[in-house]
Parts: sequence; C-alpha cells; structure tokens
Amino acid sequence: MKHWWWKFLAIALLLVASIAALRVPLSPALVHVSPSRIAPGEVTIEVTGYNTRFTDGMQAYLVNDSQYVCPVRVDVIDASHARIIAEVPAGMRASMTDLVVQGLTYPGAFFTEGLGEGIERGACGPRANKLDPSGLAFTFPNRSILYESIRNLHFHVPMWFTMIALMGLSVWHSIKGLGDGSLDRDRKAVSAVHVGLLFCGLGLVTGALWARATWGAFWTNDVKLNGAAVTALIYLAYLVLRGSVADAHKRARLAAIYNIFAFMLLVLFLFVVPRLNAIDSLHPGNGGNSGFNDLDLDNRLRVVFYPAVAGWVLLGLWLYDLRERTARLAEQLDR
Amino acid sequence: MLLYVVSAVYVCYLAVKGLSLPATWNALYWIILLFAAFNALSRSFQREDGGRQLYLYTLVDPRSVVVARSVYNALTMVVLSLLSLLFYTLFLGTEALEQAAIGQFVLSVMLGGIGFAAVLTLIAAIAARAGNGLGLMAILGFPLVLPMLLAVLRASKLALDGVAWSVTSTYFGGLVLLDIITVTLAWLLFPYLWRD
Repeated sequence: MKHWWWKFLAIALLLVASIAALRVPLSPALVHVSPSRIAPGEVTIEVTGYNTRFTDGMQAYLVNDSQYVCPVRVDVIDASHARIIAEVPAGMRASMTDLVVQGLTYPGAFFTEGLGEGIERGACGPRANKLDPSGLAFTFPNRSILYESIRNLHFHVPMWFTMIALMGLSVWHSIKGLGDGSLDRDRKAVSAVHVGLLFCGLGLVTGALWARATWGAFWTNDVKLNGAAVTALIYLAYLVLRGSVADAHKRARLAAIYNIFAFMLLVLFLFVVPRLNAIDSLHPGNGGNSGFNDLDLDNRLRVVFYPAVAGWVLLGLWLYDLRERTARLAEQLDR
Repeated sequence: MLLYVVSAVYVCYLAVKGLSLPATWNALYWIILLFAAFNALSRSFQREDGGRQLYLYTLVDPRSVVVARSVYNALTMVVLSLLSLLFYTLFLGTEALEQAAIGQFVLSVMLGGIGFAAVLTLIAAIAARAGNGLGLMAILGFPLVLPMLLAVLRASKLALDGVAWSVTSTYFGGLVLLDIITVTLAWLLFPYLWRD
C-alpha cells in the first residue's frame, strides 16, 4: 500500500478531471446573429444562443460606440432563439455594432451603414444589477470558434506535458547510464521513450482533431506542430538507432549519446526558437492570440486542467513502470 | 562533393529554367545545400577504420578530435555553400536577388552551413560507430537539422526581401547561439562515443 498510493491518486485525478472535462456545461453565449449588416430603418434580427435561457421580457439592445439602440419588440421563440425588431437610426459613429441579449454580448455583430456624428443615447443600457441566469453554476468559458471543443484543453495539453516529463526522465537515465555504463539505466531510458512516444501520438491525434474543428485543417504549418513532428521523428530515429546496433553495451552508449544530444536540441527548438518567430503560431498565447492567462474567468479551466495534468503525468509514470518491469522480465527470460 | 552540387544545380536549371520568385529560389537552394551537407559530412568519420582510430586514440584527447572535426567540417560547408551559391546564381539567374540584402544573405548561408556541420559532425560519428552509413545518418540527422533549417530559411528569406538588419539580427544571434551550444554538446559527449 505504501508504494502504490500514487496509482490510486492517478486514477482519482483522472476520473475527476475527465468527468468534469466532459460534463461541465459551457457558459451561455450568443453564437449566431443574422443579418450581419444593418442599415438605417427597421431591421429584424435573428439571434441564436447556446445554453441560454431566453425568456419573455428579457433585455436586449444594440451598442454602437457606447450609445444604445433599444429594440421595438423582442420575440422569444424558444430558450435559445429570439427575434429582435429594432429601428436603426442614421448617423451612428462606429462601423461595428455589438448586440447584447440578457447581459450576453456578441461583439462586432453587425457592419453598420449610414454612419454619422452619433445618435441620441437610448435609455436601455446595461441594468445596474442584472441577474446572470447561470451566475452561480460552474461552467467553462464559451468562446467563439472554440465552443464545446474547449474541453479538449484537458486532454490535448496534458499529453504533451506527460511526454516531456517522460522524455526528461529518459534523458536523466541516459546521463546516469553514460556515467556508469549500466544496462539497467538503458532499459529505463528506452522504456520511458516508448511510453513517451505513445503520449506523443495521443497528443498529435487530439491536436489534429482540435485543429480540424477550430482552424479547418488537420495539420497546419505552425511552429508548435513542427516541434511536435520533430519530436516524433527524433524518438523514432532513436529507436531505429537502437535497432541497428547488435551489441548491448555499445547500443546503450550510442543511444544514450543520441538521446542527450537530441533532447538538448529539442528543448532549444521547442522553447527558444518559437520565441524568435512567435508571430506565426496559431496556438493560444502566441502572435496576439489570447492564452490561458488572459482567458476571461480562466480559473474555471484551471480547476480542471491542473488535476488533469497531474493525473496524466502519473498515469504516464505508471505505464513506464509497467513497461520497464516487463522489459526486465523479458531480459531475464532470455538469459 | 563539388561535382554533386554542380550536377544538382544543373538538374534544377534544366527543370525550372530561370526562377524569379525569391521564396522558391531560396527553398530550392537550401534543399540542394541540405543534401550536399548530408553527403559531405557522412564521410567525416567513415574513413576511420580500426587501426587509424586506435592510432588517434592513443595520441590525442578525443575532445580535440571532435572540435577539430567540427571546425574542419564547418570550413568545408562554408566553402561548399559559397561555391554552390556561385553556381546557383550562374545557372538560375540573379532575378530573385534584386531586392536582396546580399551581405545578410551570404551571412545566413555561412551560418547555415556552419550549423549543419555542427549538428551533423556528432551524428556522423554516431552513425559511423553504429556501422551504418548514410542511411542511418539521414534518419538520425534530419530531425535535428530541421529546426536549424527552418530558422535559416526564415533568415535568408528575410534577407532576400531586403529586410533591415535590426529585424534579421535576432535570427543570426539565435543561429550563432545554436551553433555554440551544439558544438559544446558534441565536445561533452564525444569522449563517451570514442572509447570502445
């Protein structure tokens, strides 16, 4: 019991984090507005919400450069569909008009025609103490483009954390093994690489699906994707190198040297080179994309994300442990 | 080696006949140079059969061997890349170079050549030790050269577009840093590779 308490911890963390990642609802948001262009005169606006609870008598208004346009009528069709009829005045200042329904904002909803020096400010601005219909519930942020796929954060990113942890462990054993020339260390290093490659594959698959959903393609020419490809190639090459040397001690030495050399260059490539041309990355936190830190109400994600990372890393170590022990048993059987 | 580069350039000339687009011009040049580097550097440890290696082993420190090899390979790559640049411009024309900052482009070519040499020297030693020639070297070396290739492609593309030194200098700084770290790693690891 003393030695394997952490396996229970891994199971508990993974269960909690995965169930939360899949079950926590997204916060309500407006996801679609039509038409996309408004001109002075009467317009009929169709609004589609997600996880919203539209009710009769709910508040809705247009915002243009902090001037409000109040609707003539708001018809609620169902909990997530509404029709808003508004009389758009001529002479609004900004070319983009936002739509606010039930305290939810759809920024830049309409291209605006008939611009001018400004309009009279409507009397329907944000209410002082508006009641958020889901203010107390625990939800994930609902971001345009991402929507439900934001859940993948708790699967895709921990894969790479786990992979880096395992590759780091492998290099540690390689360095130690070069010092004392032990085959035990070599077995540990290669076991960690095997499990690390598994997580690399999972990271690539989850990433490709996520990229298809958000960027429109399974693979893009992105700094981090190049990094992932290079990582996969390096460790496949490591296995090829092992396969081409027959003598065990020589294999251990050559593989350890390549492992250390490749890992150091990989760290440089993954963490230094992207800083040189960060502008190109589509990933969050690069090139003006919002990252984890400035995601609004990011703490809701963090509460699930950190346990997920810890759980996956522990699972990776567990898999490594099993792999290493079976490899040792296989060697003893061969002898 | 020179023959290899010239024939590669000539094949490109036959295939495309005059390139005006700087991006394509640049890409083709680096592809030629990348394969030339693999070909040239794979030999650097192969000629050492048992006797000669033992001879060197008893005489000198392995660290000086790897540093000497790295320097020699870097010089080879600089000469090779400049010569191939010469033939490349002769055959494929200088249309793409019209707006280029030539000094920066030549600098990026030289740094790229040195970088390839720095990475591939240790890889060539490992491949030669594994008793497997060019095939293993390509498998082991390609993923490690790729980051450097990306950085150098970007830098030389910027140089071709005539971007100011203040923009490109971060790339050159990064490349120099990468070269230094690579040679240091080779210097640290080579003694373990050498003893049998």
